[in-house]
Amino acid sequence: MTNPSYAPERETSEGKIFTVTGGDWDTVVSGTDPVSDERIIVNMGPQHPSTHGVLRLVLELEGETVRDLRSVVGYLHTGIEKSIEYRNWVQGTTFVTRMDYLAPIFNETAYSLAVEKLLGIEDEITERATTIRVLMMELNRISSHLVWLATTGMELGAISIMLYGFREREYILEIFEMVSGLRMNMAYVRPGGVAQDVPDSAVVKIREFLTMMPKRLKEYEDLLSGQPIWTQRTQGVAVLDVTACVSLGVTGPVLRSAGLPWDLRKTMPYCGYDTYEFDVPTSTDADVWGRYQVRLAEIRESLKLIEQALDRLRPGPVMVRDKKIAWPAQLAIGTDGLGNSLEHVAKIMGQSMESLIHHFKLVTEGFRVPPGQVYVAIEGPRGELGAHAVSDGGTRPYRVHFREPSFVNLQALPAMAEGGMIADVIAGGASLDPVMGGCDR
Amino acid sequence: MVTTTPDKDPVTDAKEPAQRSESANPTNQQATPPSNKPGGGVPVQATPVGATTGAPAELPPSSVAGRGMFGSSGSGDTSGFGGLVRRRVGGGGSERPYGSYFDEVYDALDEAFPGLDDAIEKVVVDRGELTLHVKPERIAEVCRTMRDDESLRFELCSSVSAVDYLGADERRLHVAYHLASMTYRRRVRLEVAVGVEHPHVPSVTQVYPTADWQERETYDMFGVIFDGHPALTRILMPDDWEGHPQRKDYPLGGVPVEYKGAEIPAPDRRRSYQ
Repeated sequence: MTNPSYAPERETSEGKIFTVTGGDWDTVVSGTDPVSDERIIVNMGPQHPSTHGVLRLVLELEGETVRDLRSVVGYLHTGIEKSIEYRNWVQGTTFVTRMDYLAPIFNETAYSLAVEKLLGIEDEITERATTIRVLMMELNRISSHLVWLATTGMELGAISIMLYGFREREYILEIFEMVSGLRMNMAYVRPGGVAQDVPDSAVVKIREFLTMMPKRLKEYEDLLSGQPIWTQRTQGVAVLDVTACVSLGVTGPVLRSAGLPWDLRKTMPYCGYDTYEFDVPTSTDADVWGRYQVRLAEIRESLKLIEQALDRLRPGPVMVRDKKIAWPAQLAIGTDGLGNSLEHVAKIMGQSMESLIHHFKLVTEGFRVPPGQVYVAIEGPRGELGAHAVSDGGTRPYRVHFREPSFVNLQALPAMAEGGMIADVIAGGASLDPVMGGCDR
Repeated sequence: MVTTTPDKDPVTDAKEPAQRSESANPTNQQATPPSNKPGGGVPVQATPVGATTGAPAELPPSSVAGRGMFGSSGSGDTSGFGGLVRRRVGGGGSERPYGSYFDEVYDALDEAFPGLDDAIEKVVVDRGELTLHVKPERIAEVCRTMRDDESLRFELCSSVSAVDYLGADERRLHVAYHLASMTYRRRVRLEVAVGVEHPHVPSVTQVYPTADWQERETYDMFGVIFDGHPALTRILMPDDWEGHPQRKDYPLGGVPVEYKGAEIPAPDRRRSYQ
């Protein structure tokens, strides 16, 4: 045996004999590499308070410096894209809304716009429905950014902002409940329009929110912006410039914080965003601080958009006229939630055989969508949210794929964190605002 | 029932049929399939692996057996619905002019990419979107030109995913790349088609680093192998998972549930209307 680290051996008539003697400590020590031996592998997550859900980070550390980072995702994979293929086109809304659970309205809108494009009914969507969509999307953007502010604050040690952020988000969720009946996962935006009209009481509450929110934003800034711990934990941390963002596919506030004003609401408008007046906030810091500033400014822009959308709300239908596409939206509210309209039941059971046949066909099959494929992208709170929908002409989606900004943006974490301190992994990861429900789908 | 060769992938799915019915869909074994004649006895080119139910997994709506309405056969159907044949869109490409900015993009690519006609299979313009069907082996070069050429400048690769056109296309796995030009504010879809026997596509990660995870997801879900990818491993499913869940011949699985006294079958065992 030639390996010097093994004890010397010799053959005897009774077998191998090993001679074990004491060695020189220096020779043992010199055989190891002091640098690489100080490297340790640390698993952060998948259940860690600072990983935004079930995200697992495998860190190779040298002291407190991150040398290598690998993110492991998929812990929240629920096969939504597969399940959709076994439901009809309208039911698909209830699945996609559960992807990115902090931005359900955006998922629904992207999906609905894709289905409408496949159906070729984009022009028939009523003005009121589109305005309500914009209204709900911007409210949702604020609530999503508030959760970002709350959780990021908590992860960096500012517990108060967590309480404040969730308090204001609660207010928006109450508005959602008044409008759609649900706080989250509403399946409110449907192919063809929205499920039901916005009640007047909700409009009053949104107006109250509009007067309240600017003051609250000021409070957040008073709490955080001048605070030395906050500035030191965010400024110059997890820098990602425009080139890195674009090559890694990072969009949304992270890209805008690097200085590129790429916002699909402006650059490739949809839902009539080109007719609204708002700005695209940017920063050139390209760090966590820049992303914080961009997100706060985006909340202000969203408030402007909500105000304009409220002013534009004119009475009118919120669903396309085609009853086949609009069918589930004609249900009435029953004592145990959504139920059948008694008028409708009386008609199909007592008056019209044709109505009964149509009802049966619609409920059991759903409507058909002409074959083809479309890709629709909207600006979600985290970046480009794209829906790639394929129809084969049947009553069920043949394939729906979501380009989830959380999934794509998370790839940038190693580029942000490697070479930095382990504490900055938390700040950098939080600044990407990943939602694992969206990432893993 | 027509006997045909199973349409499966010898490279990645060697042990698939046995493993699948155990792990992915335990209910498959006990229950009897509603119809043992897929497509109502109409010849199907390929019997998908692992699907024994009357679910779309077995008979995707786009299959050649796009006939009839209720998947029933031998019942003395006099309604006429059993004889309906679904019309499918032809696979032909679009003709010039393509309209919008599409001609400009194609001409610019033609100028920047020598021998484009050999690399492009067809050009489809549908619903205001341009799709270039590219030969699988040329996709990385085409992407590089799309990104680098002055007059194209598709800097952002928005999305990479795939669609399984089982029964409708010999090369059933179509990988779709959605490129966006931030300079000109345009979008283009590139599409490549490969069969499950040889599902190899060059990786575009050298051109678009963002395709890294998205190609891993496409491999995970469809079994498309991206040659040249730095670490092509599963990303959403567990590392030791068998099979590729988003393929159309992969069953959904599920258990029946009781609701108000009635038993509601699992989603992939419910009657499907085509």
